[in-house]
Amino acid sequence: LNALIEKYPQEINKILGKYPADQKRAAVMPLLYLAQRELGYVTKRSLNDIASILEITPTEVASIVGFYTLYHGEPEGKYHVQVCNDLPCALRGADEFLAKLCENLGVQVGETTADGLVTIEAVTCLAGCDKAPMFQVQTGEGLSYHENQTVESALALVEQWRQSQPGPVEETGPEAEETAREALPVQVGLSASGEAEAGEPAAVAQSGAEPEAEPVLPTALHGVTRLPAEQRIYIQEQGGQ
Amino acid sequence: MMEAELILLRHRQIPDIARLDVYRQNGGWEAFHKAVTSMQPDEVTEVVKASGLRGRGGAGFPTGLKWAFTDKKVWPHYVVANADESEPGTFKDREIMEGNPLQFLEGVAIAAYAVQARAAYIYLRGEFWQIAAQLDEKIDELEAAGLLGDNLFGGGYSLRLYTHLGAGAYICGEETAMLESMGGLLGQPRLRPPFPPSFGLFGKPTVVNNVETLSNVPLILLHGPDWFRKAGTEKSPGVKIFSLSGRVNKPGNYELPLGTTFRQLIYECGGGIPGEAKIKAIMPAGASSSLIVADDKALDTPMDYESVPEVGAQLGSASVIIIDDTVPMDWLIAKTVRFFQHESCGKCTPCREGTYWMKHITNRITNGQAKPEDLQLLHDVASQIKGKCLCALGDFSTEAVLTGLERFPGDFDAKVNKDR
Repeated sequence: LNALIEKYPQEINKILGKYPADQKRAAVMPLLYLAQRELGYVTKRSLNDIASILEITPTEVASIVGFYTLYHGEPEGKYHVQVCNDLPCALRGADEFLAKLCENLGVQVGETTADGLVTIEAVTCLAGCDKAPMFQVQTGEGLSYHENQTVESALALVEQWRQSQPGPVEETGPEAEETAREALPVQVGLSASGEAEAGEPAAVAQSGAEPEAEPVLPTALHGVTRLPAEQRIYIQEQGGQ
Repeated sequence: MMEAELILLRHRQIPDIARLDVYRQNGGWEAFHKAVTSMQPDEVTEVVKASGLRGRGGAGFPTGLKWAFTDKKVWPHYVVANADESEPGTFKDREIMEGNPLQFLEGVAIAAYAVQARAAYIYLRGEFWQIAAQLDEKIDELEAAGLLGDNLFGGGYSLRLYTHLGAGAYICGEETAMLESMGGLLGQPRLRPPFPPSFGLFGKPTVVNNVETLSNVPLILLHGPDWFRKAGTEKSPGVKIFSLSGRVNKPGNYELPLGTTFRQLIYECGGGIPGEAKIKAIMPAGASSSLIVADDKALDTPMDYESVPEVGAQLGSASVIIIDDTVPMDWLIAKTVRFFQHESCGKCTPCREGTYWMKHITNRITNGQAKPEDLQLLHDVASQIKGKCLCALGDFSTEAVLTGLERFPGDFDAKVNKDR
């Protein structure tokens, strides 16, 4: 009995139809997306189902899950918030954004919030370098981009997700009141990268954090983020036009 | 700058060009129709050859030549559009596919006709989920309108386009890794030769072209090679989309003739450097790039495939990252090395191990824990990676490191000699 075929017979036929009949294996990537649609991760059962559809071994399917960052082999948060803090984004304040976001959600990079809703990840380039800070949100259903973000707008989005969940609604983390970035403490980056946050039992560790601190550009050097607010808005509106 | 007529980013001037009716009112799909109904496949290739169009994905290889190399006698064969845009600092293909998707799809179709492929795939990075959905809609619409599908325009030629989503791996932008990934294997590069024009997707002859490259093709066919050559330089004809990011006032995509100087891009288009800071360095090809010292000579260098190497870098995909004098280079290379260490596919030992050790050394330097001899160690490790791997990722990981150490030594000396 193949649960995946039972559940998505038409989608599977459509996917297989894209590739030559003797090259069925090419369908492994779209089938994995299909398999993680409902739960947000690929179950062991699905590995077997895909393997039998494609006539390859479950191990071969699992190797694909392990190789790519957008497949998840374990249950994590319902919403994967994947913040880009690569060089171009970091030059526009992404490190600081990520650290502050983590601080507000009471998690470290790679962890999931206690309610199981949000997993925060630091990822590499998402092709949105001119609109940083930016992140993508991955759910089983797909992906969406969120650009020109502030910590406040990102927290508002998380709050929106919390409100839309069935069952008891949890309190949001501490409000980010000081909007001016100049007010941030210089060491803000460190909490994201190794130093445990005291008094925050909320976090559920999901992945091994890097033991070594990621170098964070000191806040004092953030030329871009020190611009006055009105000038920042000008940049965002004019950017790319 | 004067408002020139855009060739690629046409949606900025014709807002609804993503709609099929609007695209067709503006000459859309005429080039493909013309090719299929009145040109031999080789004639199409000849026109593209004559235009001098070079690959916009980074390597700058002549597009027409690539098509001509494709072995059309082995059956079947394929076109794969490389929409895996993942180089840090590059965000041009995304804008084309979001704003002007039909021109891109028409380019794919023309390339397929030129090499007589009956199926073409568009490999998009997994993050472009919504773009893939939009392209799927457009492809359905084109099929419904009889512009793609079987026996096109009654001439007997049939073509299907398909999208294929990657799942988050920079290496899949390397063409042979992309072909492996599409085949359902790990996205790891192949030993070359054989090259894709003889051994590509599913082991069959395959043309792999970048999104921006293909998007040029419909207009080249419609207006001719001479029209295309009016912009750009003799050896680097045409326009190019420059993705400008980092410490500039107005980051974004700018479509400009090849040969435009860095100064024009950064100051006339990008509005210069924010605040009191001064420009310090330029990375013209994203995170893979060498670091250029931003002196007057560099700023007045034309951005084309021949001139950029004269100041010690490559044009690549023209993702120009601007660095100002508040940014320490040890921090910068720690960032780029982190990227490549994360994205190394693990196949070649020098890259897999070398990027790992470079990450540790660069982190140590930036955190102020390094000894002076660590700089030599870093240089040694980088030199051991360069030129020793199957694909360019290993080399790319060393460019900023080696040029950073060589061209900005003061930034590093200050870090390692702090306590002495």
